[in-house]
Amino acid sequence: MKSDLPLTPSQTLGPYFTIGLNQSENEGRLASPLGNEITGEGEIISIAGRVIDGNGDPVPDALIEIRQADASGSFSNPGFFGLARSHTGENLEAKYSFITIKPGAATELEAPYISVAIYMRGLLTHVYTRLYFSDESSANEKDALLNQVSEARQHTLIAHHNESEGIYEFDIHMQGKNETVFFQL
Amino acid sequence: MAKIDLDQHPPYLYPDYKSSAFRGPTQDPIDFSCLTALSPSEVVAEFAGGLRNRFGVGDLDHDLIRNAQQGGIPLGERMVVSGQVLSQWGKPEPGVLIEVWQGNASGRYAHKVDDHDAPLDPNFLGVGRCITDKEGRYRFYTIKPGAYPWKNHPNAWRPQHIHFSLIGESIADRLVTQMYFPGDPLLDYDPIFTAVPDSAKEHVISTLDLSITEADFALGYHFDIVLAGANATPVDSEHD
Repeated sequence: MKSDLPLTPSQTLGPYFTIGLNQSENEGRLASPLGNEITGEGEIISIAGRVIDGNGDPVPDALIEIRQADASGSFSNPGFFGLARSHTGENLEAKYSFITIKPGAATELEAPYISVAIYMRGLLTHVYTRLYFSDESSANEKDALLNQVSEARQHTLIAHHNESEGIYEFDIHMQGKNETVFFQL
Repeated sequence: MAKIDLDQHPPYLYPDYKSSAFRGPTQDPIDFSCLTALSPSEVVAEFAGGLRNRFGVGDLDHDLIRNAQQGGIPLGERMVVSGQVLSQWGKPEPGVLIEVWQGNASGRYAHKVDDHDAPLDPNFLGVGRCITDKEGRYRFYTIKPGAYPWKNHPNAWRPQHIHFSLIGESIADRLVTQMYFPGDPLLDYDPIFTAVPDSAKEHVISTLDLSITEADFALGYHFDIVLAGANATPVDSEHD
């Protein structure tokens, strides 16, 4: 598989991306076309977390984008978009957050998941990971991609269901002993 | 073979770029192509299409000279930046959302964390977006951004640049990059630029193009962008 043209190389999005990719920093003068909410039929859930750097510090200027199937596991539902954006600069805890609907599994060999792309100052090329759900353990056990990941690192891909707060918690560790598993597409 | 050849992109860890030391992953990413071989599903989120033409843009969104005016005209050298978005297979990519952001002519961003002591321009926000046309072409009007100092190393100044973000057919066709200007002497001292593999450096530098220059108004720069592309997935690669 040889491509015809060289790819345009990636560059970091730097510290000032929120003026261009999120409406919060430019007084709404040019609103972003992508919010942090995904709507559709199904169970409404909240997801939140932090991005942790190699020093153990939360990253306050990371951009997170998610893509997911609808509640039935479909990507070909014309009424469902499934793409959203959040960043970690909105609050003192440096947490990103999404409100969405819980995706369904596309096939019997896959668990429900959300695809996550992460961008930040200091990251020259963005990274991809996946968020799986802690309350889907039997589905997770048979998931084709999770099974490609060593058992010791699988936990980095599983969002913890905090039932008392009604939220799925998913921290992303860029480095360290809990370094999140990233994927090359 | 993976759809996205990471060897054509800068590395995660690049010592001259200080903040990469704590933010770039240290372990190799797991190759996704193993999944598409295993999965009976031909569509996974990472390759799911449907993102073309999903975004609305306003009439002035592509015109940064006019889209934030407050009773005056922005200061600086007016320019047009135009080009074509293509897949790595050479096909034009229509319906791609391009978002841009940049500093003003003095090298200052309209962002609260930019503390560079250069003036803001009340008539310039430095934010724009557009959708590529049927031939994958785009066109922005803007002000040439200024260079500005940053704290990476002594006398570090970022070369003049415009940030680009592109959303193509799927999130595998996602690119965030920066466009530079030809002949900028700061490029060789900038670790964000020098981290680009040597063979790829020319692909983040625009070219002066008098054919897109608008006479007596704005100088033209040409910048083509190549995305991974929606037309060949790892599934297809088995047939190549």
